[in-house]
Amino acid sequence: MACVFDGIKVLDFGWILVGPQISGYLARHGATIVKVEALNRPDSVRLSAPFKDRMPGQNRSGYFAGLNPNKYGMTLNLKHPKGLEVAKKLVAWADIVTENFAPGVMEGWGLDYEGLKKIKPDIIMIRSSNQGQTGPQAHRRGFGILLASQVGFNAVTGWPDRGPNTSYLGYTDFIAPRFAAAAVSAALIHRKRTGKGQCLDVSQAETALHFLAPVILDYTVNQHREWERAGNASPYSAPHGAYPCQGEDSWCAISVTTDEEWRAFCRAIGNPAWTQRPEFATLIGRKKNEDELNELVGRWTVDHTSREVMMLLQGAGVSAGVVQNTKDLLEDPQLKLRDYVWYLEHDELGQYPHMGPYIKLSRTPAQPRMPAPNLGQHTELVCREFLGMPDEEFTQLLVEGVFD
Amino acid sequence: MLDGIRVLDLTDDKGYLCGRILGDMGADVIKIERPGGDPGRSLGPFYHDIPHEERSLYWFAYNANKRSITLNLESADGRELFRKLAAGADAVIESFSPGFMDGLGLGYNVLSKIKPGIIFTSISPFGQEGPYSQFKYSDIALMAMGGYMYTCGEPDRPPLRIAFPQSPMFAGVEAASGTLMALYHREMTGEGQVVDISLEHSLTGTSSSLVTAWWYLEGVILSRVGQYRAGLGAGIKQRQMWPCRDGWVSFQIYGGAMGAKANKALLQWMDSEGCATDHLKGIDWDNMDMSKLTQDDMDKMEQPIGVFLLRYTKAELEEAALTKDIMLYPVNTMADILNSPQLKARNFWMDVEHPELGASIVYPGEWAKLSDYPMKIRRAPLIGEHNADIYKQELGLSDVELSALKQARVI
Repeated sequence: MACVFDGIKVLDFGWILVGPQISGYLARHGATIVKVEALNRPDSVRLSAPFKDRMPGQNRSGYFAGLNPNKYGMTLNLKHPKGLEVAKKLVAWADIVTENFAPGVMEGWGLDYEGLKKIKPDIIMIRSSNQGQTGPQAHRRGFGILLASQVGFNAVTGWPDRGPNTSYLGYTDFIAPRFAAAAVSAALIHRKRTGKGQCLDVSQAETALHFLAPVILDYTVNQHREWERAGNASPYSAPHGAYPCQGEDSWCAISVTTDEEWRAFCRAIGNPAWTQRPEFATLIGRKKNEDELNELVGRWTVDHTSREVMMLLQGAGVSAGVVQNTKDLLEDPQLKLRDYVWYLEHDELGQYPHMGPYIKLSRTPAQPRMPAPNLGQHTELVCREFLGMPDEEFTQLLVEGVFD
Repeated sequence: MLDGIRVLDLTDDKGYLCGRILGDMGADVIKIERPGGDPGRSLGPFYHDIPHEERSLYWFAYNANKRSITLNLESADGRELFRKLAAGADAVIESFSPGFMDGLGLGYNVLSKIKPGIIFTSISPFGQEGPYSQFKYSDIALMAMGGYMYTCGEPDRPPLRIAFPQSPMFAGVEAASGTLMALYHREMTGEGQVVDISLEHSLTGTSSSLVTAWWYLEGVILSRVGQYRAGLGAGIKQRQMWPCRDGWVSFQIYGGAMGAKANKALLQWMDSEGCATDHLKGIDWDNMDMSKLTQDDMDKMEQPIGVFLLRYTKAELEEAALTKDIMLYPVNTMADILNSPQLKARNFWMDVEHPELGASIVYPGEWAKLSDYPMKIRRAPLIGEHNADIYKQELGLSDVELSALKQARVI
């Protein structure tokens, strides 16, 4: 079955999280991705635990595999002049080049946008770095988890009486790729119409700030108001929070805003006497007495499983959702319908869940084609089949260490 | 870049960002609001704290670069007008309950006959089909179901969301990508299709394959660790949020070559202030294998660092991080962000005119710098601001017809 990006060729220098997710959108939807790594400096996620059977190995990282289905993997020594030549042949082959190095790395190889255009005038280049390609701090090192602090998410996450909390992984790592996927799709439309390529400078910090745009506007127009940590409270809903349920560390989120929802909530939980108290009859009243309200709701939820709470309340028209963990996500019937993971046979991991496509298309759905590549697995295939390199040339380069 | 592409935007707050992104890249996005204004205009915060449909900062932020018409889709006239509009549209984006548009006779099957090749993007909490597909949305329920909350918060308290709604953001960007992917496919083949976006599914992207891997390979479910982060080895916590003299910073002892460099730089600074312990000075950072550390090892490294960081303000620590190349970032407030020299140098902030308010407001600007297309921001529309442009000039309705439709609450 056809996929959206069939025939699109991508030279992928991406590593860790952001770059691989960007090429991941293209990979899942039909593009041919050549992921380039150095033999002695592979994508560092390959070195991240957990490993299959607790045996470390570059091809045994589950973290890596999940992020990289549908990609060819080759190694290339870009310090070797002939390695750079191979890279340039790959540029000539490619429609798109992706990278998320610190600014300057591609420049060092002569593979910045100007360099790429000399080889392939209509190339589309996606550059995704922490803070963009320009500016006084463009070269500052960091990871997504640090960037999330820098762009303001951690300041608004946490309990008022404790400190800021951080999202589990680098939160900003998951925002930038989504913007980049939109930009590259638009760039492909633009190229189809005009024949022109483009350079897309996607700053992880700048994309992330858009997820807080109203909070920023509140600051710029309302006398520099700062949002505070609010726990799980909402200014316009009560009850609103995560409530304890039966079992260990089991919670259900509940949100009640309108009178209708409040009445439905009360009915659903059996109209206990406390719900008739006048202070709980209005939103303002419930907000004023929120701590007590939360405690009372918790006393009901704790007698039920999180799933029971969700099904009962949603059945009554009240918004509720189980606080799902990673195991729950794999078992979630909605996510199963959407190919949350593709179980693909990987030669070292066995059957392994590779993250599936987030975008569900009716006519040209994403297709699982290959498990995540082993390091250098397709070096020869890429050279011979994609670049049309004759056998002798390949062997000669191999001997000279061009693929180390 | 997307000149000539027309998008009919029927989304509510679950999907505004999709149309915004398309508009940012040059598409003609027409926000269709119900008469009286889109319900999302009730979402705060508000300009000068005046709760009002034309003062919602949420509306301003996510509906910039769109035009607005009013339309009651549930009326016969409304549906007729919508079908006429669809005939000239490239894409329709909506976030109603699954099946609602079909119920109105305005679903993909109907619209694709009116406009072959049309893209129909549906944004919903859990997707168009399935046992939860009619579930009621709230950001916290989605942050819960999508797996974000389980790994956020203090271990002795309930799991946490982020104080500002994030689930519609992930879905909005995802929907923009999906719509553009479908538009690209149409450029190549002439074929349209349905794009089905789920807030829950898009949110699962925040937990990534690492969390899945720990469960699948080790049977370990990573859970919230407060101001720490986990995942190095099951059970080992490393501090991530550190108090300093006037706030907090985010810092973590990293491994590998990059970490070694940064850790040595920190140690050198601590040493120059007489704060480096013998234990810390004795560590071989270049060869430290993070996966072999015990909790005790970690605590012994972190304790003197914690004491050290408390001596300095956020600004001092950021200065040191920049000059000494330490991987430490302040937990920034909005003030810090608006003062960032990096963002200023990037011309990130844009002044947007709001003539009705007699003001110009500073907005976050380009979310990417596209070499062939500098983005601009035009303020979000007023309710039905472009009714005349669309209904009269394009569809040729007369003043009499427009007046009748207004009074019948069709527009």
